[in-house]
Amino acid sequence: MNLNKPVLEIKDLRASVNKTEILKDLNLKIHKGEVHAIMGPNGSGKSTFSKIIAGHPAYTILNGDILFKGKSILNLEPEERAYLGIFLAFQYPIEIPGVTNLNFLEQAYSSKLKSTKDEEVDSFKTLEYISKKAKSIDMPETFLYRNLNEGFSGGEKKRNEILQMVVLDPEIAILDETDSGLDIDALQTISKGINTFMNEEKAIVLITHYQRLLDYIKPTFVHVMRNGKIIKTGDFSLAQELELKGYEWIEEN
Amino acid sequence: MTEEVVRIISKKKNEPEFLLNFRLKAYEKWKKMKCPKWAQLNFPEIDFQDVIYYSAPKQIEKLNDINEVDPELLNVFEKLGIPLTEQKRLTNVAVDAVFDSVSIATTFQKELQEYGVLFCPISEAIQKYPELIKKYLGTVVSIGDNYFSALNSAVFTDGSFCYIPKNTKCPLELSTYFRINEQKSGQFERTLIIAEENSQVSYLEGCTAPKYDENQLHAAIVEIIALENAIIKYSTVQNWYSGDEKGKGGVYNFVTKRGLCAGNNSKISWTQVETGSGITWKYPSCLLVGNNSQGEFYSVSLTNNYQQTDTGSKMIHIGKNTRSRIVSKGISTGNSKNTYRGFVSVNNKALGARNYSQCDSLLIGDTSNANTFPYIFVQNSTAKVEHEASASTIDEEQIFYLLQRCFSLEKAVAMIISGFCSEVYEKLPAEFSVEADFLLSLKLEGSIG
Repeated sequence: MNLNKPVLEIKDLRASVNKTEILKDLNLKIHKGEVHAIMGPNGSGKSTFSKIIAGHPAYTILNGDILFKGKSILNLEPEERAYLGIFLAFQYPIEIPGVTNLNFLEQAYSSKLKSTKDEEVDSFKTLEYISKKAKSIDMPETFLYRNLNEGFSGGEKKRNEILQMVVLDPEIAILDETDSGLDIDALQTISKGINTFMNEEKAIVLITHYQRLLDYIKPTFVHVMRNGKIIKTGDFSLAQELELKGYEWIEEN
Repeated sequence: MTEEVVRIISKKKNEPEFLLNFRLKAYEKWKKMKCPKWAQLNFPEIDFQDVIYYSAPKQIEKLNDINEVDPELLNVFEKLGIPLTEQKRLTNVAVDAVFDSVSIATTFQKELQEYGVLFCPISEAIQKYPELIKKYLGTVVSIGDNYFSALNSAVFTDGSFCYIPKNTKCPLELSTYFRINEQKSGQFERTLIIAEENSQVSYLEGCTAPKYDENQLHAAIVEIIALENAIIKYSTVQNWYSGDEKGKGGVYNFVTKRGLCAGNNSKISWTQVETGSGITWKYPSCLLVGNNSQGEFYSVSLTNNYQQTDTGSKMIHIGKNTRSRIVSKGISTGNSKNTYRGFVSVNNKALGARNYSQCDSLLIGDTSNANTFPYIFVQNSTAKVEHEASASTIDEEQIFYLLQRCFSLEKAVAMIISGFCSEVYEKLPAEFSVEADFLLSLKLEGSIG
């Protein structure tokens, strides 16, 4: 039992979109230094869960609370949650035509610094910082000069999400199916990126369908989500069991 | 507005007779014409008797040295970010500053003369280079071309003149800053640019006006002429006063801009960023007469509150293998109206002509309005003409993505819009593309909710 205050705590959370209830009494505590894998069949509410934490305006919270280091974030705007250090790697990263990746990263990084440390950085240092981060996860420099996700392949988009994560250096990162649609090489590259980012001060939530990502990134806990709640929690062996047997055998209690 | 006014203006400027006759002929034409009504614009009838046709700042005698200029005037330009004083000049831009109707200062004139480049107020050119004026004035936009061109031809007071001699690449960016200061004054400036064979020039105009409750009239003419192998790039950042949030006040910006690609292989490129004016009505155009000549038009037009814009381009293909390209980006928000109107015509002799037009509209909020009216006339079967158009809104998922990446809502919208316009910004001289981007985000401030 971890007695420290969790980085993120979800309490009895019920949420809906267009009057359909998606999350039903969801409970989860995430401490720093932990990697939580969330698995579950399609439509179980995993992506909704990630968007609600990031503050997507389309969802209505019916009950419960989300606490970041003990404080409710339900009334915070998405950008205020981002300033706190909550990062969401999107399942389907968005294209912004005409905006270069570098310009986007520079502005994102400088707004983050401005919000947290009230610090202005000069653009030369920012460029140096971003190039270094790109290098640390084996991203070629040319990546920075392309337009944000425009014309990127599926794998490139996912790698770009990891680059944004390491640049913004959040306290907790929620990765929504970052491994989907990747070939083995790309999977290794992004796993390397995630592992470089992870340390005992950080926390990660991995939403995934496959055990193979967990071969590279060792989860502290594996949760199974179904019908908007967590129905089983275990360790890595649970993921292996799921890979063999599917989800049907788990009974909701 | 009478013949007398026209004579007074001409006399005050001590003009040669050919110019007085030019003006009088224009006045006669104008008297017989009516203000056209075909644009998607609503405005009350203009009382042309109530307009001040000639307004000069207190100091009118021509100065030789910038240091003699009234320091208060210099201050105004300084605040606008247009440095005219020796110490603070932009290092690679020569500036002609036109205040109300009079040019108050032109920088780097001497340096340019070493290259044979003439850059001065048109009133000065009329005195110093009457042959050039006589040869080219009114040849691209004829006196009776339209109602406002006739008016301008009768009463124009000043503007910029520039002449690039043969085989010369103008070593500096040339630019003119226009400002309307008098409350009731009309501004009728006239710009004439001539690029001789194998020459090149990049020219930029900037426009500002302070806030007044009354509408000011701006009816300018720009004529540019490119001879064989010449390249002219003409950029505009227009920020006339656009009226308040209820639509009161604002400049009526009714401008005729036209370029003539007279020589073979010549090229004229228009780039405009239009953010100001209560009403904008203009179509920078290219007459592609020389074989293999090229015309380009890149435009960003932003309308907010009750602004109305009817803008676009005309590309008239006359020579063989002429090419043209139109890229228009319209952004409308508030209760504004933003209209693209374009005309592409391919003559029966313009064999192998090609045109590509792209018009994208971005709508913000649900009370703004965007229209696209492309007119295409093709008279020979070897021509290729393409037109693409799109209308979109800002995607909520794009906004959420940027918010999640630490952008504020305003910054997120500014970034999406900046991306939307990037193709046009790239065509502006580097110093001004940053300025244009900044201007657009300023204009959008407070309009996003």
